[in-house]
Amino acid sequence: MNENRLQKELMGVLAVWWREFKVFQREKSRIVSSIVQPIMWLFIFGTGIGATVNMSSINYQDYIYPGVLTMSVLFGSVFFGLYIVWDRKLDVLKAVLVAPVSRISIFLGKVLGGCTDVMLQIAVLFLFSFLFPAVNVWGIPQALLLLFITSVALVSMGLALGSLLESLEGFQVISAFLVFPLFFLSGALFPIDDKLPAWLTGLVKLNPLTYAVDGVRGALLNINVFPFYLDFGVIVIFAAIMLLLGSVLFSRMK
Amino acid sequence: MAIIETRKLTKSYGSIQAVRGVDLSIEKGEIFGLLGPNGAGKTTTIGMLCTIIRPTSGSASIAGYDIVQRPSAVRSKVGIVFQDPTLDTILTGYENLELHARLYGITSALRKKRISEMLQLVDLTDRRNDLTRTYSGGMRRRLEMARGLLHRPAALFLDEPTLGLDPQTRARIWDYIRKMARKEQTTVILTTHYMEEADQVCDRVGIIDHGQIIALNAPGNLKESMGGDLVIIRTKEPPLVKIKALPYVREVKFNDGVLEITMKDAHLHLSGLLFMIPGVECVEIRVPTLSDVFIKLTGHDIRDDSAEDSGSWIDSVARYRQKGK
Repeated sequence: MNENRLQKELMGVLAVWWREFKVFQREKSRIVSSIVQPIMWLFIFGTGIGATVNMSSINYQDYIYPGVLTMSVLFGSVFFGLYIVWDRKLDVLKAVLVAPVSRISIFLGKVLGGCTDVMLQIAVLFLFSFLFPAVNVWGIPQALLLLFITSVALVSMGLALGSLLESLEGFQVISAFLVFPLFFLSGALFPIDDKLPAWLTGLVKLNPLTYAVDGVRGALLNINVFPFYLDFGVIVIFAAIMLLLGSVLFSRMK
Repeated sequence: MAIIETRKLTKSYGSIQAVRGVDLSIEKGEIFGLLGPNGAGKTTTIGMLCTIIRPTSGSASIAGYDIVQRPSAVRSKVGIVFQDPTLDTILTGYENLELHARLYGITSALRKKRISEMLQLVDLTDRRNDLTRTYSGGMRRRLEMARGLLHRPAALFLDEPTLGLDPQTRARIWDYIRKMARKEQTTVILTTHYMEEADQVCDRVGIIDHGQIIALNAPGNLKESMGGDLVIIRTKEPPLVKIKALPYVREVKFNDGVLEITMKDAHLHLSGLLFMIPGVECVEIRVPTLSDVFIKLTGHDIRDDSAEDSGSWIDSVARYRQKGK
């Protein structure tokens, strides 16, 4: 009986995941645009700033490559999560929510679906890694693991916020006051060293994404500010908290 | 055995009582209509039975499972078609059904067979690989009904299944509902405010107004309770005594050349009646409809609390008719 129940829930998770993957396959324009943006950061922003910025040991474009990967995870994940506001508006979720599957399973299916989308986009960005000579190819699996955990955390966060929002207007507010600060304060575009003013260093250290960027940079470029266990620990805890928060808010939705 | 039982089912939102102590018992295989104006409590009642809305008090069970104690078991036993469309328009018709089958734990071996069965039942087999956003309103509704039946529920709930569709499509949807109920042997509970349509489809109807069931019977019996058909004949000198003596005649009124006869089964007895009356100029038969029943039943209600603003269309129709009398 109990095993049967678990199996049903598992099928529910897979069902939602399956649906998200179908949607992902169908929305080709979304995939393309999600890849074009990081490429512009790398080649236009990176080349432009790199022309004047002089880093002692490394090319600036190579330096921001891990940061831009993390940024893609951030944007892709949070906006995937927020997308449920739209689903709710169109009543797409209504039929799913009355199925004999717990809210938590539906939530987990959504998280998995979001992570799959984001990781597939990241995989495409890794194809460009040969253009950045400093990148250590053997560090890619470790970087993927870190980015995956980060994606779990951020999709959960997006879903948590999406369960609270009533309308799409909240998108702008969340972009301005959450997504962009998380990005700019993550050290994705600049090194965290003693040249930074203290207030900025403080804010950067409070941002869990900083540790994701640092971990990925460590894996790909061998440049770390923090030890690996700290990077890994912080994002695992961040993901755990967000999963918990997301499942609670999603269960209470409506 | 009753598939659905409710006892004093009640839902309040703050001080507003949306549903007040509804008692229903719906048998297996029945097509049951819950009729009433907008805001009468139809959707709330269905919401509670489908475990979407938690009742404030009272209880209900579906296929033996209590809606509050065993919501998950209840959910696997019911199919729902909501008032507003809830199809995933980015998926094809087939994929919508597949998603549903997966969510309801239908194993992959059964899934394919069941999906093609249901697509066939609603005549959507040749459109199965098209995105549902390209479907017409009637097609979407049909696919939703197929989806609701996919997991072989004991009861299928249809909330305003014909709302927003044109008359021709509405008639077709009712045909499908009848066909599906018969083929799948499912109990169907539907809400509607199209009284004539409910009359044709439902085995029994419950009339709900202000959150209470005010009548519960077969449509025929409800109309019967109106006292019979009304035959209006324009004539000069009717043999009133002879007409009154007829066994099927209940009431006769005559003034100003207009003869009004309330009688049973006018369609059977009309020719016999007309033989007795000389110089008939014209004849009109009025058969009571469910709408008449509703107006009769709620009409009292409106008089009782006329100060209350009841804005629904049926109320205004009732008021208009009363003024006319």
